[in-house]
Amino acid sequence: MVIFGTALLAACYLAGIAIGEGIAVLIGVKANVGGVGIAMMLLIAAIHKMQKLGFYVPETARGVTFWASMYIPVVVAMASTQNVIVAVRSGPLAILAAVLTFSVCFFFVGVINRIIERSNPDADPLAATHDTVKGQ
Amino acid sequence: MFHLLEKTILEGQLVTAFAFIGLVIWISNLLGKHLTGGRVAGSAIAVLAGLALAWLGGSITGKAKGLADIAEFGGLALMGGAMMRDFTIVATASEVHVDEAKKAGWLGFIALLLGTVLPFVVGVSVAFAFGYRDPVALTTIGAGAVTYIVGPVTGAAIGASSDVIALSIATGVVKAILVMVFTSVFAGPMRLNNPQAAMVFGGLAGTVSGVSAGLAATDRRLVPYGALVATFHTGFGCLLGPSILFLAVKAMFG
Repeated sequence: MVIFGTALLAACYLAGIAIGEGIAVLIGVKANVGGVGIAMMLLIAAIHKMQKLGFYVPETARGVTFWASMYIPVVVAMASTQNVIVAVRSGPLAILAAVLTFSVCFFFVGVINRIIERSNPDADPLAATHDTVKGQ
Repeated sequence: MFHLLEKTILEGQLVTAFAFIGLVIWISNLLGKHLTGGRVAGSAIAVLAGLALAWLGGSITGKAKGLADIAEFGGLALMGGAMMRDFTIVATASEVHVDEAKKAGWLGFIALLLGTVLPFVVGVSVAFAFGYRDPVALTTIGAGAVTYIVGPVTGAAIGASSDVIALSIATGVVKAILVMVFTSVFAGPMRLNNPQAAMVFGGLAGTVSGVSAGLAATDRRLVPYGALVATFHTGFGCLLGPSILFLAVKAMFG
């Protein structure tokens, strides 16, 4: 049933947030420490285990994937409730930070992929796709 | 007649929010398809539209919660609130396949680590240059440079103000759009021509919408590999942001 998937997701969410709160108390931080990330790992592990046991049937999966596909709409809703007026006043910051981040990331992607190419000329273990990339 | 409609909307605010956000995303997809020729994903336009609507709501009401301060749109506060946001983000982890993820190997992990730490350092530096000194604000803006999800999740966890969270989302959204538009342009210099390279790219560039749209414009078959690591990226950032990275910033500026 679809609710089993949603219930599994809810259980992982609650457990993750609870562990995050627990870590926060342990290290003395006034914040949930990585609760969302821990919940994600729990869900990955739970689904992996259930798939092996054959419990993760498509109908159960739908109870999870529906919420996964709702994340962009939720983020849009979240964006529409932010205090943008104040943020707009410091607009150059957002653009400058984004452009610099973007440049640094693209530079490092190039460097790492060149290292892979050099250390392993056949770094293409899954499928040959390079013939389809334009300009190569 | 109008009164009847208003009563219905006010009594079903969350349902109204679902319908309204659906409309916003539908229009955004049309704009993305026809105005930008599919170069900018509809989801990125929708997030920008959301921020624009928040600006509109803020200038009408003069309050801090964007469009949600208008009674008819009050449901947006629940739909876009911390509970629903974290719940749906956790759900995206279901799209990760452990066996396939293992193929990325240690290089994928290094890309993931660099893709979290480098944008964070750049974001914190720029925020510092613009005069921010509060560790909470610095961390939130730095996390926004990782992705527009990690920014607000981190900000909410460490108690950042709404304007700083909005700024971190804006940073992440601008970055996502840059990734969408310029991935295919720089695919050559980035050697983005095989699944493993796509995984490295997904780990470093981060934003799922940016990576999947950017790779789709480069070579459709690379999309799942990039998106796979990028999905880890958000969880990784949400894990590091409010914990190690915040503590590091606090130790330096606190």
